[in-house]
Amino acid sequence: MTFFFEVLIGGLLAGVMYSLVALGFVLIYKASGVFNFAQGAMVFFAALTFVGLQEHFGISFWWAFAITLGVMIALGVSIERVVLRPLVNQPQITLFMATIGLTFFLEGLVQMVWGTNVYPLNLGIGDDPIESVLENFDMIISRFDLIAALIAGLLVAVLAVFFHVTKIGRALRAVADDHQAALSVGIPLKTIWAIVWSVAGFVALVAGLMWGARTGVQFALTFIALKALPVLILGGFDSVLGAIVAGLIIGATEKLAEVYLGPYVGGGIEGWFAYVAALLFLLVRPEGLFGEKHIDRV
Amino acid sequence: MKHLKRLLMALVAAIGCGALPASAQEAGTQFIGITGYRVGPYGANGAAFFTGFIDYLKLVNERDGGINGVRLSWEECETEYNTAKGLECYERLKTRTATGPTAIHPMSTGITYGLLDKAPVDRIPLVTLGYGRTDAADGRVFPWVFPILSNYWSAAAGIVSFIGKQEGGLDKLKGKKIVLIYHDSAYGKEPHPVLEAEAKKHGFDLRMIPVPHPGNEQQSQWLQIRRDRPDWVILWGWGVMNATALRSAQRIGFPRNRMVGNWWAGSEIDTEAAGPAASTGYYAASLNLAGKDFRVVKDVEKHVYAKGTGGDRNLVGTVLWNRGLSAAMITVEAVRTAQARYGKKPMTGAQVRWGLENLDIDQKRLDALGFGSMIPTLKVSCEDHEGSGLVRFQQWDGKRWKPASDWMSGDRELVRKMVLESAAQYAKEKGIKPACMKD
Amino acid sequence: MFYREAGQFKASYAEDQALFPIRQDRIGVGIILAIAFVGVPLFAGDYWLSAILIPFLVFSLAALGLNILTGYAGQLSLGSAAFMAVGAFAAYNFQLRVPGIPILASFALGGLTAAMAGIVFGLPSLRIKGFYLAVATLAAQFFIPWLLVKVGWFSNYSPSGVISAQDIVILGFAFDTPVRKYLFVLAIVAVLALSAKNLVRSRIGRAWMAVRDMDVAAEVIGIRIMRTKLIAFAVSSFYCGIAGALYAFAYLGSVEPDGFNLDLSFRILFMVIIGGIGSILGSFLGAAFIILLPILLEVILHDAASLLGLQLEPGTVSMAQLVVFGALIIFFLIVEPHGLARLWQIAKEKLRLWPFPH
Repeated sequence: MTFFFEVLIGGLLAGVMYSLVALGFVLIYKASGVFNFAQGAMVFFAALTFVGLQEHFGISFWWAFAITLGVMIALGVSIERVVLRPLVNQPQITLFMATIGLTFFLEGLVQMVWGTNVYPLNLGIGDDPIESVLENFDMIISRFDLIAALIAGLLVAVLAVFFHVTKIGRALRAVADDHQAALSVGIPLKTIWAIVWSVAGFVALVAGLMWGARTGVQFALTFIALKALPVLILGGFDSVLGAIVAGLIIGATEKLAEVYLGPYVGGGIEGWFAYVAALLFLLVRPEGLFGEKHIDRV
Repeated sequence: MKHLKRLLMALVAAIGCGALPASAQEAGTQFIGITGYRVGPYGANGAAFFTGFIDYLKLVNERDGGINGVRLSWEECETEYNTAKGLECYERLKTRTATGPTAIHPMSTGITYGLLDKAPVDRIPLVTLGYGRTDAADGRVFPWVFPILSNYWSAAAGIVSFIGKQEGGLDKLKGKKIVLIYHDSAYGKEPHPVLEAEAKKHGFDLRMIPVPHPGNEQQSQWLQIRRDRPDWVILWGWGVMNATALRSAQRIGFPRNRMVGNWWAGSEIDTEAAGPAASTGYYAASLNLAGKDFRVVKDVEKHVYAKGTGGDRNLVGTVLWNRGLSAAMITVEAVRTAQARYGKKPMTGAQVRWGLENLDIDQKRLDALGFGSMIPTLKVSCEDHEGSGLVRFQQWDGKRWKPASDWMSGDRELVRKMVLESAAQYAKEKGIKPACMKD
Repeated sequence: MFYREAGQFKASYAEDQALFPIRQDRIGVGIILAIAFVGVPLFAGDYWLSAILIPFLVFSLAALGLNILTGYAGQLSLGSAAFMAVGAFAAYNFQLRVPGIPILASFALGGLTAAMAGIVFGLPSLRIKGFYLAVATLAAQFFIPWLLVKVGWFSNYSPSGVISAQDIVILGFAFDTPVRKYLFVLAIVAVLALSAKNLVRSRIGRAWMAVRDMDVAAEVIGIRIMRTKLIAFAVSSFYCGIAGALYAFAYLGSVEPDGFNLDLSFRILFMVIIGGIGSILGSFLGAAFIILLPILLEVILHDAASLLGLQLEPGTVSMAQLVVFGALIIFFLIVEPHGLARLWQIAKEKLRLWPFPH
């Protein structure tokens, strides 16, 4: 039984890490209807810029964080200006493809600047078991995972407050509801988009630091987007809460399935299990857990 | 629209100009085609290997003025570790000069398999240092493929024998628990038959746990390892999977000095990404030693880097850079061997193939070349395209890889038997009559 | 002036619904086919044939398959490479296990197996739409290669999971040189492309377009949604499956399941979108663009670097290539969101008048 809980808790904590990436997707989709495939590349971009600054200029953590944040905001604003604005009113799939083009662009650019080397990233949080839990329950809960989960939770709370209390947040929700209506009451659509992309850049930076600390900052960071996709369809593309809840569900089921189901079918099922699980759920509820129900009219 | 038209016109013009413009290769040089990769998930690994490879070619030109006076020229084509792109590169490099691309080092199992049928037709040898088709060690069935130094089966057998040694004898393995944690792909499945045979023979308990690509999440796998409490873990990973495995081992408190990786899981890239401290104590089977304490490395620094023409100083002396250096040396020596028979001029693929098959690098020669103990001695023959089969274990001490054993091998008979069986089956499938090639 | 439909009267429905109702098109297609079958083999070298033209044709076919699904039936899929894998492995196994089976029969059976897999993974499309469906098709993309690696039988228990495709021999004639392989691929692609052209103007093709444009409306006017969508998945996967078999047999020779990865699926989707959604011609243009552009970029960047005397590291060139590739894709989507096929339409309109402006 201890083992079961160990896997379960480990899965939930891993799920939070997936949510962190999924959050970036949700923000952008909600505000601009773009399925931003470049989110993974943005995570890599942010993490590599951060370590690159630290390695090459030897600056402190907070300076590197501030500069990288500035870079991500500049990136968000220029994406809005150069990519999204000319493509406004194009079909969704065209925008989706544009973000894949953006993926190549970002991956190439950041490696051109900082090189292809793999960098370790030390946040000063030990990735070792918490002793008290280990002693009392014989369970391994990683200190790092726990802190990462706290940070992710904090991030969601801040974003939730931001969206519900501030003026920008209200404008953003209006845009998400109806572009046309928002425009006609005088909400500056372009500014809102630039802000959303910048916020997504910030989320990418946090996710990049968390994931980069675990696996080293390397190209494979772009793959974590693939972990976030099942979370997205399960939670609904346009729900922040959905991203969190679905992340927990996906994380837990995926790990439990690998441990308890995997051995019977040869293992390694994590790669697709989350997708199949999300798929089966969608058959029951096509708009995901918290997605908005779409009503078709002729 | 205007831009678009111009772009399209440029495209059409470039295509219309007939073939893609060949960068001028110096006439009379030994042209070496390089299918490399520096982009993508394995870009860091490729960059280290191919930088070393090219640095050695530069060294031969700078220090010796080429091979017996025949200067080297080369061109690198980016494959992105992608099979289709690799084939395009191969086809492009193949036609660059009259003598062909010398010998191709695909550095990717996928590309190796893609070229397997093409190389014999084009008469271009493939050199696969520690990857690719294992049974190609039988040169009678695969005359054009050279898995020189060692292959996966030799590695697996070597790892078992190393673990045996650590335990104080192979007989002590009885009843021990060993877990193989592997990349869930063709590559990761390579060691299964050998490990299974060894488990049966020595009576240890083998458990194999796959990690789905790309392997950046291994929580469930390592929790299983924690539950099973094995004595040893063998790591068969590539890319980000290695760092994640080391990190996860730390997280569940599995001792790193009970973990042995293969040579694609044993470079600075892996240990440093996991955090240098997290990896301390970790062993890996190696094809070559790391470090700068070799005369050849000093020569490269003196003749290439001091003149400002080197690739990337940070990579010098790393495991993969040294491997690139060794790979280039093997190509160069094969050309030299061929020249002794065919004359001092640029060698064709067929002649280089003969050179590879008759490659004999003993310790004296290694010392003369400045490699010393970086790689084992090599003696290739038609029956044995592997030429060595030895591995050497290195241990990560928190800063660098240090040798932790002598050159050693596992159960050579077992591996040899399996190679012959597998090659014979391939020969039957493909209708090949196994025979040694004369020239 | 050069492209005029004027004066070509259609006197019957059959004429009106012909594959190529306009004489210029018929002549044009005839000329292209003649060049492809006769001219190219006479003049193209081995490099062009085996490194560019064969993959171009194979990918065109895969793009065509995806275009049927995405462009005509409106169902977004990111699993094309997985269906190619099914086609390749199925064709290999039929050839291996059924004694004396003709190679073309293996290909057809491989395509049919892929079609069945397509139907299974197409089932969710009855409930799920848009990006939800796209992400759901990733289930196929990850599940199928996993299965192929996991079950040794599929690769005839090869220890590495790699299959070596059998030789292509039809009635004792071996298609073994690049020219012969090219002709073999070309013949299959030409037949399948023409049948696709034929299919999309038929009843089922029009049903697809109705579903694409608005599925509720299509249902209201009596189109059976389930059947239509599943047929689209089946036909699309059939094309991808044949493309996969050709990819293994005529192009690579040996393939591993990992070769059919997500990247490949994305490449195919790129071809469809750059080429033009809902256009047969577009699939070919898109494939040509996506295959040639990186090669061209590499050559141009290398030459530019050496011309300018820049001592660029090889890594930098590779990165620059990636950057330019990504930028060009965005650029293309901005200037011509309807794809390259749209350019041909514009050209046609221009040719109608040119050189006289009125």
